[in-house]
Amino acid sequence: MHFRHILSALGRHRIAVGLLVLEIAFSCAVVCNALFLIGSRLERMQRPTGVDEAHLVEMFIGSVTRGSADAVMAQTRTDLAALRAIPGVANASVVNQTLFGNSLNASGVSLSDEAKAPSIPVTQYMGDAQLADTLGLKLVDGQWFKPDEFITEEQLESGHSGLPVIITKALADHFFPGQSAVGKTIHAFGTNRVVGVLDRLVQPHDSGPAEYYGYAMLFPVNLPYTEGAYVIRVRDAAQRAAVLQGALRALKADGPLRLISPKYAFTLESQRDKYYRNDRAMAWMLVGVCLLLLVVTAVGIVGLTSFWVAQRRRQIGIRRAIGATRGDILRYFQTENFLIATLGIALGMVLAFGLNLLLMRHYELGRLPGYYFPVGAIVLWLLGQLAVLGPALRAAAVPPVVATRSV
Amino acid sequence: MFAYYLDLAWRSLKRTPILAGLMVLAIALGIGASITMLTVLRNLSGNPLPGRSEVLFHPQVDPRPADLPGAKEEPPDDLTYLDAVNLYQLGIAPRRAVMSSNWLPVRKDAPDSPLAMFSDRATTADFFAMFGVPFVYGSAWSAQDDANHAQVVVLSRAMNQKLFGGENSVGKTLVIATKTFRVAGVVDDWNPQPHFYDLNGGAYGKGEQMYLPFFTWLDLPQDYGYGPMQCWGNDPNAGTHDPKAKQCTWAQFWVQLDTPAQVADYRAALNQYSAQQHQLGRYQRAPDVRLRGLLDWLDAKHVIPVTVRMQTWIAFGVLLICLVNTVGLMVAKFLRKSGEIGVRRALGASRRAVFTQCLVEAGVIGVAGGLLGLPLAWLGLWMVRQQPVSFAASAHFEPSMLGAALALAVLSALAAGVWPALRASSVAPALQVKSL
Repeated sequence: MHFRHILSALGRHRIAVGLLVLEIAFSCAVVCNALFLIGSRLERMQRPTGVDEAHLVEMFIGSVTRGSADAVMAQTRTDLAALRAIPGVANASVVNQTLFGNSLNASGVSLSDEAKAPSIPVTQYMGDAQLADTLGLKLVDGQWFKPDEFITEEQLESGHSGLPVIITKALADHFFPGQSAVGKTIHAFGTNRVVGVLDRLVQPHDSGPAEYYGYAMLFPVNLPYTEGAYVIRVRDAAQRAAVLQGALRALKADGPLRLISPKYAFTLESQRDKYYRNDRAMAWMLVGVCLLLLVVTAVGIVGLTSFWVAQRRRQIGIRRAIGATRGDILRYFQTENFLIATLGIALGMVLAFGLNLLLMRHYELGRLPGYYFPVGAIVLWLLGQLAVLGPALRAAAVPPVVATRSV
Repeated sequence: MFAYYLDLAWRSLKRTPILAGLMVLAIALGIGASITMLTVLRNLSGNPLPGRSEVLFHPQVDPRPADLPGAKEEPPDDLTYLDAVNLYQLGIAPRRAVMSSNWLPVRKDAPDSPLAMFSDRATTADFFAMFGVPFVYGSAWSAQDDANHAQVVVLSRAMNQKLFGGENSVGKTLVIATKTFRVAGVVDDWNPQPHFYDLNGGAYGKGEQMYLPFFTWLDLPQDYGYGPMQCWGNDPNAGTHDPKAKQCTWAQFWVQLDTPAQVADYRAALNQYSAQQHQLGRYQRAPDVRLRGLLDWLDAKHVIPVTVRMQTWIAFGVLLICLVNTVGLMVAKFLRKSGEIGVRRALGASRRAVFTQCLVEAGVIGVAGGLLGLPLAWLGLWMVRQQPVSFAASAHFEPSMLGAALALAVLSALAAGVWPALRASSVAPALQVKSL
């Protein structure tokens, strides 16, 4: 196959070729960026939380009549005992905020207590001695809180300071890069000594820059159920629905008039699903756009190649008459398409890069990773070959006898 | 002559049905995608209260401490309790309303009736008249009720349906957070989009289920917070605050100002109030106030979701690619007619006539593409409505978009056709006739 011949033939259709190249380039640019956007959404949706998601359920109980603090705390202990007694329950706790929930508690944290010290907002989880086990948190350094370190909500509200704190590895690396955080102090409220480092725990929902997602602290506070939610770990994921039913029944059977409803009892998995539904919708939308673009590009290739085939019918006949095989003709059009697609892809890479820069400026996106370029190239090469196949087969079917007819 | 060109265009397209079909399809796909996203964008950026938006204003003051690390320049969106009460009592605006929202447990006033949570808006009497909320039964409570902390409630039509089967419930009683309330009125379905008066819960979503007098609501025993609260300072128990805490903002405040003079007066009053608070030592910052009109407020808050803006850009990208595609196909189409054009030129047709004829053909393709694009746009909007996002429900096809779709289709087809038509009209007559 002689590229030179194909090129000189293409030179006679500079404009049509130019348009085709432009169209492939635009498609390539948009498809590369759309694939990148889809990829980053999928990556975002798969971020681990550090808790045992598959086995957790949670329920929010609304109190209607306000009792004394002691009464509410006593009710909380009764409830927790009832929840732990349900068959299939591994552990249960009260936590101030739930993953993927609406509520987010955060404090400015700095390394010094000067007012001007740089601080970053870090989310704070508070809960009883069972919380770490219930959530399935893993400690990588230091130790858990000691039983005498847990304080009550009243002590917290009256400004109790000097609480010990357990922080995540991500936060430890931020404040104390390259050294163990255990034994160091941070300033969240008052002075807090770091006693342990968690492998991972994340914000209830994304807040602030992306790298803050893994910054979290855990404080030892025995909270009443009115200040958060019950979180329950089941032994077997299949039992989650049954345990939720059992929990609703158990709490309804005991205690004052309260708002206990299946509407406020969920599995953590369903909460995760709900949390990421915008991302999922966006990813599907982008898949749709990619398919649409590829269809339109294929339409363009089919249209123009068909036109060329019709125009060159006589030349094809002559080539066949002087000895070219059907395969030669087929390959001619395939090679021609390959050349056009290659030009388009080369231009498309530049456009993709430019589009990425534009998106980065306006939508806080990351840089397009290099491996999306070859992916985009392969997609468009394949698309070109598929689109050209029909017209090329028709060209190959032109009989040599055409050469002997005048027009 | 135009009818003749139309006839010629029709014949020409009929001769190459596949090429014509591909061009129509390309335009239809581009139009479908861009009209879908334009409709979504238009619905989302619409005026939530046409006719009233011009006289509604959102005052903001700045009660924050002088040095607050990482603080934005913009004063907080909401007011602290103290500022809310002070501005409410300022009384120079023709109408004003202070408000906040949360959930409250409600049950019928009968023994053993089940308890359920309903979303509520606590506000003051002017809310209904100021925002033009339509009533089905009864009316709003009075300013006197606000002053007396009266236990009255205004229900939404949906909540009235749920609790009273839709009958006129004015004068009946309900138990809300353990206290007995009398129904004063029932409002019709009213949920302006965007939810301008309180954007804390998202700009597009459901409306409130009931309305209570603000000061009565503050007296209720409740554990459900006072709407999203923003507090500053070194703060161990953010989120469990007394609503009257001086470092927490959570109350929304709106005023109605009918004339530019009133707006200027009110702005001056806000500045004066801030200066006075500064003098008293309550405000550490110099007076920094905002008094934005409703639409300016929505602009400043960037209520249109970023994803929607991005999708709109993508949709126009698709249209652009479809157009490039159509240009290519039209070049092919018109070049194929070179012989015919040569004959017409040789018989005396001017370049201009050939050019017009080609453009008419492009226009016909545009109309066909637009007509096919409409059902595609309808399909696209249906797909947007299936998305589980808060603004999905507002994605409906509007009749005014029909005209826009056709105009956009014809314009883009003509734009795509200009250059191929120019090339076609420059065909030299003699050369083409010779080769025939």
